[in-house]
Amino acid sequence: MLYREAGQFKTSYRSDQAIFPIVQDRWFMWGLIAFGFLVLPLFANQYLYTEVLIPVLILSLAAIGLNILTGYCGQLSLGTGGFMAVGAYASYNLLLRLPDTNLIVVFLFGGLMAMLVGVLFGIPSLRIKGFYLAVATLASQFFLEWVFARVKWFTNYAPSGSVAVANLDLFGFPIQTPQQKYLFVLAVVVVLGFAAKNLVRGRIGRMWMAMRDMDIAAEIIGIRPLHAKLSAFAVSSFYIGVAGALWAFLRLGSWEPLAFDINRSFQILFMVIIGGLGSILGSFLGAAFIVLIPIFLNQAPGLLGVPLSTAMISHLEFMIFGVMIVFFLIVEPHGFARLWAIAKEKLRLWPFPY
Amino acid sequence: MRAPAASDIAAGEVLLSLENVSLSFGGVRAIRDVSFDIKKGEVRAIIGPNGAGKTSMLNVINGFYQPQQGRITFKGRTRSTMRPYDAARGGIARTFQNVALFKGMSALDNIMAGRTLRMRRGLLWQLLRVGPALKEEIEHRERVEEIIDFLEIQAIRKVLVARLPYGLQKRVELGRALAMEPDLLLLDEPMAGMNLEEKEDMSRFIVDVNEHYGTTIALIEHDMGVVMDLSDRVVVLDHGVKIADATPDEVKRDQNVIDAYLGVAH
Ligand SMILES: Nc1ncnc2c1ncn2[C@@H]1O[C@H](COP(=O)(O)OP(=O)(O)OP(=O)(O)O)[C@@H](O)[C@H]1O
Ligand SMILES: [Mg+2]
Repeated sequence: MLYREAGQFKTSYRSDQAIFPIVQDRWFMWGLIAFGFLVLPLFANQYLYTEVLIPVLILSLAAIGLNILTGYCGQLSLGTGGFMAVGAYASYNLLLRLPDTNLIVVFLFGGLMAMLVGVLFGIPSLRIKGFYLAVATLASQFFLEWVFARVKWFTNYAPSGSVAVANLDLFGFPIQTPQQKYLFVLAVVVVLGFAAKNLVRGRIGRMWMAMRDMDIAAEIIGIRPLHAKLSAFAVSSFYIGVAGALWAFLRLGSWEPLAFDINRSFQILFMVIIGGLGSILGSFLGAAFIVLIPIFLNQAPGLLGVPLSTAMISHLEFMIFGVMIVFFLIVEPHGFARLWAIAKEKLRLWPFPY
Repeated sequence: MRAPAASDIAAGEVLLSLENVSLSFGGVRAIRDVSFDIKKGEVRAIIGPNGAGKTSMLNVINGFYQPQQGRITFKGRTRSTMRPYDAARGGIARTFQNVALFKGMSALDNIMAGRTLRMRRGLLWQLLRVGPALKEEIEHRERVEEIIDFLEIQAIRKVLVARLPYGLQKRVELGRALAMEPDLLLLDEPMAGMNLEEKEDMSRFIVDVNEHYGTTIALIEHDMGVVMDLSDRVVVLDHGVKIADATPDEVKRDQNVIDAYLGVAH
C-alpha cells in the first residue's frame, strides 16, 4: 500500500510527461542522487570507490550508449570497446597536446571523436542488418584495436604502448583522490543519464524505436532510415566515447589498447542484455550486476568459510553470466528492468491480488 | 484536421492521378496499364478478387514499389521515383493489410510517432526536454489525445500494442495514420478479420474522418456492403487490369465485375 499512484491524478499532460510520473519514483530518484552525493562520501572507503562505485557508474554510461543503439534502435553492435578506445585516446591526445584544456572539454572531445567514428562505422547499417551488421561492427572493433596498437602517434610513441594521465583538475579543483574522481563521475553520469532518458522519451527516441520495431512502417510515417540509424550511432558512440575516456582517465589512470578489447565489448553487451534492452534503468542495473558478481564471488566463500580457488571463482563467474544471459534472452529480453517493473506492478496492487 | 492552405487543391478536384501504370515482379504482372484518379474529399474504393493487385496499387502510390511504366501526379506534381518517406512528407498516410505497428511501443507512443514529421525541435532541445521542446511535446500530445478520444481508445493508451487484440491494433494503426494529418489516407482492408460490431465502429471512424476532417481516402475492402455504404466511386481490378470505374451502384450491376467475382466467395 506504500507504493500507490491512487489519488495522484494527472491533471495535465505535462505531469504525465514527467520523467518519473509516479511521485514515489521521483522521490526515490532524488533521494538516491542526494545519497550518492552527500551520504556515500561520509563513509565510503577507497576500495568501495575504485572497485565498485566508479566502475559501476562509468560502465553504466557505456551501457546506456550501447542500449541506445541496440536496445532502442535495434542495431546490434560488438564494437563498444573500440568506440570506448576512441574516446579514451582522443581525450588523451587532446590533453597531451593542449595540456591546459578544461577537463570537461577533454571528455566532450573524446565523446565527439567517438561519435564521428561511430557514424562512419554506422554507415553499413543502412545496407545490412542483424547478424551481418554485428560482424561489421566486430570488424570495426578489431580495426580500432589495431589502429591504437600500431599507429604510435596515438600513444605518443610510448615504447610500451601504455599511456598515463595524472594530476587532473577541474577549474583548479583537483580530481585525484578516489572520492574526487567518484564525485566527478557521478555528476557526469547523472547529467548524461537524465539527458538519455529525455531523449528516448521524445521524438528522437520514438524514431529509434520505430526503426527497431518495424522499419517499413517507420518509413511510411516519414522517418528516414538514414537519419534514424545514424543518429542512434552518433548518440550511442558519444556516450560510449565519454565512458571510454572516463574509464581510462579516472578508473585506470594508465592503460594500453588491451583495456578496450573485444572482451570489453562483450562485457557491455552482457550488461545491456541482463539489465534490459531498451531501458535506461536497466543499463544501470546490468552494470551493477556485472561489476558486483565477481566481487561477491570473491568475498562470499571466504566469509562463509568455504574457500574457493581463483580458478573456480572465475569458472563460477562465467557460468552465472552464461546462465543469466540465456535466461534473459529466452525468458525476459527486457532484463532486470522488466522484472523491476513487474515487481512494482505487484506492489501497487498489494495486498490485493487484483 | 489541418487548416486548409491557399495552395491546397479545392474539394472535388483531382488530388492524385495515375496514368497507364504498369508494375510487374519478374513474370508476374501485378498491375497492367491502369489509369484512374482520386478527387479531393472523396472516399475512393479499390476492390477486386484476391491477387487482383489492390495492395500493389497502394504500394505504388506511396512509393514502396516503383512502377515500370506510367505517370503518377499528386497535388499537381508529377513524379518519377519516390521513397515512402517522401510520400509521407507529401501528405500520404496509410495502414497495412497485416497490421504494421511498432510492437514494442505503447499505443500512445505509436500514435505519437505519427507526429514525427510535424515536430521540429532538434537533438539538443530533446536532451534537455525543457522550454520549447517540452512545449512541443505537450502540444502534440494534445493533438494525439484528440485522436485517442475520437477512436475511443483512451483505456489502452499506455498498453504495449503487442498485447492488444487485433481489432484494437487496427484502430491504433488508423490513429497513427491520422496523427500525420494526411491529405490522402490509404487504407488496406481496415476491417479484415473484424466482427460485425468492430466493422461498424471502423466504418463510423472512416466516415467521420472523411466528413469532419475532409481527408481524402482510398479504401481497399472485400466487404461489398461496406464498400457500397462508404465509397463515392469504385475502381475494380482483376488480374491487374482495371475492369470498371464507376459509382458503387453502377459497379454492382456491371457484368464484367459480376463475372470477375463469380466463383470467388466473399
Ligand atoms: N513483392 C512481390 N513480389 C512478387 N510478387 C508480388 C509481390 N507483391 C505482390 N505480388 C503479386 O502481385 C499480385 C497482386 O498482389 P496484391 O497483393 O497486390 O493483391 P491484392 O489485390 O492486394 O490481393 P488480396 O486481396 O489477397 O490482398 C499477386 O499475384 C501477388 O502474388
Ligand atoms: Mg492486398
